[in-house]
Amino acid sequence: MAATDTTTAATAPRTGGNPLRWLRRNIVTLAGLATLGYLILPNVVVMVFSFNKPNGRFNYQWQHFSTDAWADPCGVADLCGSLGLSLQIALWATLGATVLGTMISFALARYRFRARAGVNTLIFLPMAMPEVVMAASLATLFLNMGIEFGFWTILIAHIMFCLSFVVTAVKARVMSMDPRLEQAAQDLYASPLQTFLRVTLPIAAPGIASGALLSFALSFDDFIITNFNAGSTVTFPMFVWGSAQRGTPVQINVIGTAMFLVAVLCVLVGQVAGNRRKRSNP
Amino acid sequence: MTKNDQTQSSGGDVRLTGISKTYGSFTAVHPLDLTVPAGSFFALLGASGCGKTTTLRMIAGLEDPTTGTVELSGQDVTALPPYKRQVNTVFQNYALFPHLDIYENVAFGLRRRGIKSVKKQVEEMLDLVQLGPMARRKPQQLSGGQQQRVAVARALINHPQVLLLDEPLGALDLKLRRQMQLELKRIQTEVGITFVHVTHDQEEAMTMADTVAVMNGGRVEQLGAPADLYENPATTFVANFLGTSNLIEAEVVEAAGEELLLRAADTKLRLPAARCSATAGSGDKVLAGIRPEKMALAHTDDTGSLPDGHNQLPGRIKDASFIGVSTQYVIEAPGLGEISVYEQNIARDGRLVPGAEVVVHWNPAHTFGLDAAQDIAAGADLDEEAA
Repeated sequence: MAATDTTTAATAPRTGGNPLRWLRRNIVTLAGLATLGYLILPNVVVMVFSFNKPNGRFNYQWQHFSTDAWADPCGVADLCGSLGLSLQIALWATLGATVLGTMISFALARYRFRARAGVNTLIFLPMAMPEVVMAASLATLFLNMGIEFGFWTILIAHIMFCLSFVVTAVKARVMSMDPRLEQAAQDLYASPLQTFLRVTLPIAAPGIASGALLSFALSFDDFIITNFNAGSTVTFPMFVWGSAQRGTPVQINVIGTAMFLVAVLCVLVGQVAGNRRKRSNP
Repeated sequence: MTKNDQTQSSGGDVRLTGISKTYGSFTAVHPLDLTVPAGSFFALLGASGCGKTTTLRMIAGLEDPTTGTVELSGQDVTALPPYKRQVNTVFQNYALFPHLDIYENVAFGLRRRGIKSVKKQVEEMLDLVQLGPMARRKPQQLSGGQQQRVAVARALINHPQVLLLDEPLGALDLKLRRQMQLELKRIQTEVGITFVHVTHDQEEAMTMADTVAVMNGGRVEQLGAPADLYENPATTFVANFLGTSNLIEAEVVEAAGEELLLRAADTKLRLPAARCSATAGSGDKVLAGIRPEKMALAHTDDTGSLPDGHNQLPGRIKDASFIGVSTQYVIEAPGLGEISVYEQNIARDGRLVPGAEVVVHWNPAHTFGLDAAQDIAAGADLDEEAA
């Protein structure tokens, strides 16, 4: 696509201005399409190769169309077990990080306390530090404390690095909230608990939701930190990595495609619901 | 103590006793006694930072008083949190809940008190403020005036003993503000709830309120009916903040009988002794105050035909501005500075142009006397800011 663009641009002056004008008018669309292609192409490859029937153990060359892998997504030993574990860890990590992160955000946004500046900086450390460094230090810590690697060490590590993302998302929302809304709720007979549940929480909800979604995505496909702290436990990203040494089963592409489709579906549903709400009260 | 046993639509009185608020070393409200009678429309008027909003928030329970007590209908509520007081507030900028539609905003108070069937009441209330068709919209889809009416409906639906209004019209444009002033006054008369209204706009306070308390620097300067405050200001702050006043420095020459004889520059002025709030013995300094619209202008040539017994001051027209209903003159009076005079445009004298020599005259009964030991310009600039 990009190649066509350059040719048009180069020939435009000679053919008398019109193509140049056309390009000028459509350059934003073209750039947009090119970027979109850049983003989507890898996913398309994953999707296409989920229908491949490779000759050897490696799914790197297109042979011929088949739905075998889709018919039997758990056909590879340990694949679905690792997928289930990853989903489980992602869910718990999301829950833990969202609850803790939301509370930290409220503390940082609402109260003045002695260590506030320090906490504010420390909370962003996991985002700033190279992941591999953090992974190694965590492993050292767990080892020295004599904690056995496995589900719990992975979960603790995931909650830790998800926290900073939740805090970033929620704090922005809480800071921009008008304090008079809570006063108005109290003035209208809402007890402190009711005020929090009926006013504060719903208004902070979009920030909390985006923090939670981010946590889920980050935890689900984290490899580096998990690999250092998993012991003999195998999550889905670790399974993919491990199997890539010996051969890549088509089922990996099936799971990848399914995850992608679920995510797209979620976004679409969200958008349709949003549009309908907008249309119903113009 | 529960708010569920609400009395229908009858206002309660508010009694503040020795109430004050300090933040560290800053005193927002000096110890204050104030009684707002049940069913009245009461205005707290003052420039920003005078303590009026703090006073209001202490009545609402959103601010804890440093000293003193708040009583509602004879019950001490000083220690009660806001959600246990039968008082509702219309906030500045309204503070409508952005995540709820208009209907749910209005129903909020009823639902929190555990009332299940709110439909009828909410619909009636939305009709009262003429927003029935807007019930399912979100606050941000409404105009400023509509949001303001939602805020009033959301508070009034609870039939509070007292409705507190914190600069409720501040965010509206002038025309809408005038309209809403009348609307609020109508609603207050209709529901009979006690209204306590905080504003910096003296016209707004005078149009709407039965009683106005003028606040300055955390203290109530004067309290009374709007006309009474306007005609008989007790301090220079009130004289300058409520409308405009000409304040003339003068010395008492003779203090016998019902009238005081004053000398200002070289002119003799008369002032009814009853209208002088300062102690005025012979030789004391006082400020003689006159409202500009109570004065009249005559060309120097006509001095002979002025009404008998009027106070007279000679001067020269420095500036004249025609503003439709009246013409506002600035007169330079020798030794006394500038005097403003508002003349109604009835029979305009063509000789009254800048530069003309004139006599300012007025009925002595319209003069009020103030203690000279205060800042003569207090409140004057604030009024301009607020206007």
